[in-house]
Amino acid sequence: MSIASERDSEQADWMHHPVGGGIVTRRIVLWTVLVLTALFLVAPLVLIVTSGFSLGVGVFLRNLTEPATVHAIFLTLLTALVVVPINILFGLAAAWTVTKFDFRGRTLLIALIELPYSISPIVAGVAYLFVYGSQGLLGPLLDYLDIKVMFALPAIFLASLFVTAPFVARELIPLMQVQGTDEEEAAVTLGAGGFTTFWRVTLPNVKWAVVYGAILCNARVMGEFGAVSVVSGNIRGQTTTLPLQIELLYQDYNVVGAFAAATVLTAVALVTILIKVTLERYSEVPQSGIGH
Amino acid sequence: MRRRVIPGFGLALGTTVLYLGAIVLLPLCALLLKASGIGLTQLGEILSSPRTLAAIKLTVSMAFAATIFNAIYGLLLAWVLARYSFPGKRILDALVDVPFALPTAVAGLALTALFAKNGWFGAPLDKIGITVAYTPLGIALAMAFTSIPFVVRTVQPVIEDLGSEVEEAGRSLGASDVQILWKIIFPAIFPAFLAGCSLSFARSLGEFGAVIFIAGNQPMKTEIVALLTFIRLEEYNYEAAAAIAAVMLVMAFIMLVITNAVQVWHLRYVGRGEV
Repeated sequence: MSIASERDSEQADWMHHPVGGGIVTRRIVLWTVLVLTALFLVAPLVLIVTSGFSLGVGVFLRNLTEPATVHAIFLTLLTALVVVPINILFGLAAAWTVTKFDFRGRTLLIALIELPYSISPIVAGVAYLFVYGSQGLLGPLLDYLDIKVMFALPAIFLASLFVTAPFVARELIPLMQVQGTDEEEAAVTLGAGGFTTFWRVTLPNVKWAVVYGAILCNARVMGEFGAVSVVSGNIRGQTTTLPLQIELLYQDYNVVGAFAAATVLTAVALVTILIKVTLERYSEVPQSGIGH
Repeated sequence: MRRRVIPGFGLALGTTVLYLGAIVLLPLCALLLKASGIGLTQLGEILSSPRTLAAIKLTVSMAFAATIFNAIYGLLLAWVLARYSFPGKRILDALVDVPFALPTAVAGLALTALFAKNGWFGAPLDKIGITVAYTPLGIALAMAFTSIPFVVRTVQPVIEDLGSEVEEAGRSLGASDVQILWKIIFPAIFPAFLAGCSLSFARSLGEFGAVIFIAGNQPMKTEIVALLTFIRLEEYNYEAAAAIAAVMLVMAFIMLVITNAVQVWHLRYVGRGEV
């Protein structure tokens, strides 16, 4: 091989070498990121589990079977059971509306669907108080009818609906946008009704995205703290969901108990991430960050 | 408008609008209505009180600090995920979602325990004179934790989509690594990067659960705006709660407009790159 051609191949090699691909740069950047991630994202997870079990499995289980904690777990599950199906239905209706039809105000509607993402949960909670609280718009009417919404279960459901309203819709909209309306139009032309078209054509195409949106929605509902702490009134043993119970235990200096309860929610979070990764690998769900 | 072939428009639109109206718009309107009924003088008094001003200043400055940290760490993290292949990459990618999946109260509890004076990180930091828990630094840390995925997840796909052609063209013209990074790569990812940072900042402004555990919550010193709103409510001072919540809502709207403007710019940028 001549010197010239040798130099050519060397140069070509060097040219295909991407920026930051040098062995030294690569090592420095990679290790910086790995160390930071271990300290910043992994250490909290390890700490929660080890602290929850720090006094042994027996104490961990006794903490979890404490009546107040059991009630909080029950309330959290109940909230998820009410909120997630409602938001699946809303997400489907919202995505169907903005992707299958063209109408004036469509962009505005999409912006409205995503609005709850940008609003602090505390603001959402306060806002609900001015609707259903005794000082609120509907307060006097609710008092008259003797219906309790604030500081009770309905308010917890409503606040959770607010903070998770965009979750399913946000997963569906980009996907259904790409799929377009051809298949639905074909189905309708062949004589299928609206519901049949939706059930037989649209839903099978987006089912994994629905599942994905639902598990994200579920994780957020079970973990919501700010909005729920405003509207629930945080009445011990009555309106405390699991995240609120963690704070109560912590304030009572029962740190191990707080971490035991936190372990449950951490498990929910890790399962959520696991399902997310699996769905991304084996289905049409577009890769995106959780919750935005 | 062309005739709609697919049926069900009325039903779907009706459901969506009704739901959004009842769940999202009604409460927000009620809040703004309450705040507008306060009267300008009283509104001014509430918002210009030293405690409110201190809380706003602290929240904004710590959200800014958290965003700076996330900008650097998030950019590096996105770069590593998009450009390098190494064992455990899938795990690192999944870990990025931890802050969004983990309830904020749990995150706050864990960060507090880590950085308290007797904690895993708090103890060694205390020896060199740095206190994190119950100081503004802790607030920034909690804010950074809960909003880091925003930067990574907006920048990562853009780095992945960067073609190598421009980079190679730059190199064949004799540009150094630093020049390519600064003049070719960074401008291409900048709009997405900015959008991610503004999302991270907006989220930090409103964060409550993670922050209140680690903040110490001392009025004038480590009290964030969201907590002050909450305290005013517990004091049955509904006017003040409404006023401060309305300010937070307005800040959220401003951040929303900025983020959208950046995203529109970003899309135009991406669109131009593809032609």
